[in-house]
Amino acid sequence: MTVEKKAILQKYPRAPDVLLALLHELQRANPQNCLTPEDLALAAAHLGLPLARVRDAATFYTMFSLKPRGKHVIRVCDSPNCHLFGAWSVVEELQRLLGVGVGETTPDGLFTLELTSCLGACGVAPVMMVDDEVFGNLTPEKVRRILGELRGGG
Amino acid sequence: MRPARAQVLVAVDEEARQAGVERVLAALREALRDYGLAEEVQVIETGTLGPSGQGVVLAVYPDGVFYGRVQPQDVREIVEVHLLKGRPVARLRLPTAAPVARPGEILGRQTRVVLRNVGVIDPENIEEYLAQGGYEALAKALLEMKPEEVIEEVRRAGLRGRGGAGFPTGVKWAAVRQAPGPEKYVVCNADEGEPGTFKDRLLLEGDPHRILEAMAIAGYAVGAQRGIIYVRGEYTLSLRRLERALAQARAYGLLGENILESGFSFDIEVRPGAGAYVCGEETALLESLEGKRGWPRIRPPYPVTRGLWGKPTVVNNVETLANVPDILLRGAAWFRSLGTPTCPGTKVYTILGHVRFPGLVEVEMGTPLRALIYELGGGLRDGRALKAVLIGGAAGAFLTAEDLDVRLDFDSLAGKAAVLGSGAVLVMDDTACIVDMLGSILRFFRHESCGQCAPCRAGTDLLVRLWEGIRRGQAQEEALDRMVEITEVMRQASLCPLGQSLALPVRSALEKFRPEFLGHARGAPCPSCRREGP
Repeated sequence: MTVEKKAILQKYPRAPDVLLALLHELQRANPQNCLTPEDLALAAAHLGLPLARVRDAATFYTMFSLKPRGKHVIRVCDSPNCHLFGAWSVVEELQRLLGVGVGETTPDGLFTLELTSCLGACGVAPVMMVDDEVFGNLTPEKVRRILGELRGGG
Repeated sequence: MRPARAQVLVAVDEEARQAGVERVLAALREALRDYGLAEEVQVIETGTLGPSGQGVVLAVYPDGVFYGRVQPQDVREIVEVHLLKGRPVARLRLPTAAPVARPGEILGRQTRVVLRNVGVIDPENIEEYLAQGGYEALAKALLEMKPEEVIEEVRRAGLRGRGGAGFPTGVKWAAVRQAPGPEKYVVCNADEGEPGTFKDRLLLEGDPHRILEAMAIAGYAVGAQRGIIYVRGEYTLSLRRLERALAQARAYGLLGENILESGFSFDIEVRPGAGAYVCGEETALLESLEGKRGWPRIRPPYPVTRGLWGKPTVVNNVETLANVPDILLRGAAWFRSLGTPTCPGTKVYTILGHVRFPGLVEVEMGTPLRALIYELGGGLRDGRALKAVLIGGAAGAFLTAEDLDVRLDFDSLAGKAAVLGSGAVLVMDDTACIVDMLGSILRFFRHESCGQCAPCRAGTDLLVRLWEGIRRGQAQEEALDRMVEITEVMRQASLCPLGQSLALPVRSALEKFRPEFLGHARGAPCPSCRREGP
């Protein structure tokens, strides 16, 4: 167990109700934006839960991934309101620019493309979330610019 | 320090953050210093001011002038021309019909009760909430009222759950109070996932203490010592502001042990969700809070008797709770003076889609849909004609121009086979293709179906496949009837409202736009169809 993970575990009481919060933090600490088998085992041991139950929860929620993901996770909303304002042209542009489909990661390990349900930023539809940040009023051109900035910034 | 001559309220919410509000704030503070106005003009960071899709929005008081799409380079002009010389900057002003409200005032048709402080106070400063009468309702409850009297006041007010179901809040509280056992919980449902809805996010971001106060009152009323707020994992700003508000409330002795020397102890924790629409359903939410997958429970028993950890639990929506402090302070009779006899009070809506002024508004229950779209939403963009309104979110119903006079409250909408739901109002003009829109809804439900019960798991998949056949132009008329049939099975046999409610959008779309669906099924060209998507 790394020092960092030990520090994370120590912040949480040994109660099952903190499971999701703990998994969020373990996932954030991983450069590949995912939960490793070790993470699941650590969470299970710390909270006194069967490993199967931790795995069950980790696979149920869309914000968690057991598969390694890119450094940046791009999540595009295709809920009705964003759809009305052309969300799919944003998805298609991202697929073209990244050369991957929805649910896939670029070979350089920089980006993973996902769809998300409504992000509650409908006033600026169509919307996507890159890591913790929301971007709105998207057009194919704006998407190109944002991707360029992310690539430039590493 | 002298009292400020003017105030600049700057909306700092998720939209403003992505429009660069931090840079605007920095430029504003710098410009005020340069013009020697730093002492005279107070800058207040607040929650949403109402308008949505307008970039960085700020308001100058006492003039009540609203500016939108403000960029850092615009700030000097506002400071020099408006704040120094007193002339509003016309080119940046938002249209007056935009849904905005001045502090403490009713503007047009808006009646602000739950949004009273949103866009008025600094949500990160408890002092500002206290200055607006914050925590007075909690003090009144703890020091002057018995728990039963608190419940009675809420019951007499006729407050009904704003999460969608419209269940009487007072009845729910009374049931939890009467349920046996010393250990009880108050859970705030802030897992706002209904597409097109962001009212709870803006409430949490703009006035977090109101929710904490209401939860403490609920805790006192039902006899709970612990409250939990379950917030969508994606709502990072809400999560941060709630944690900050909690720390402040504890430091002021308004949460924790022996609140206000009353002998009542209550504390609240915040828990993030992790991306599952079904967790907005209260029993799925409780499962998730227990650290499990969010699978709805079979009801009964209901959470009022067997909720979190099997203990009696109140589960209330954010907006429902936000009504509670004012009901206690101003009384049930005042609350009943708003809205309709069976649905007293107000409702918050998010008006979206092809309207001129999308945004967040609060109006009395029973306000006609027409007023919402044409007065508060400013009517349709580019002078186009109204085609459809999807009301209540993805699990809502499609209405048309014929339905515009329907009054928006739980009972009137039921007469139109529609629901108030979360208060999302998605307006579509004649460029929208309803077949395409229904596809977006069906894919959403297929993705979010939790997989526990067969009618929903299989039904959502069958519906998407039937829809794909229609979209490809390779379907018979029977496909439409089959879709209705499947939703009827789902309505009757699904475990939870997720599967049950899909009948609303499917049936209303197929009924009101049948020729459009038939045209697609036969491969006729559709002028407005995007013909895109998976």
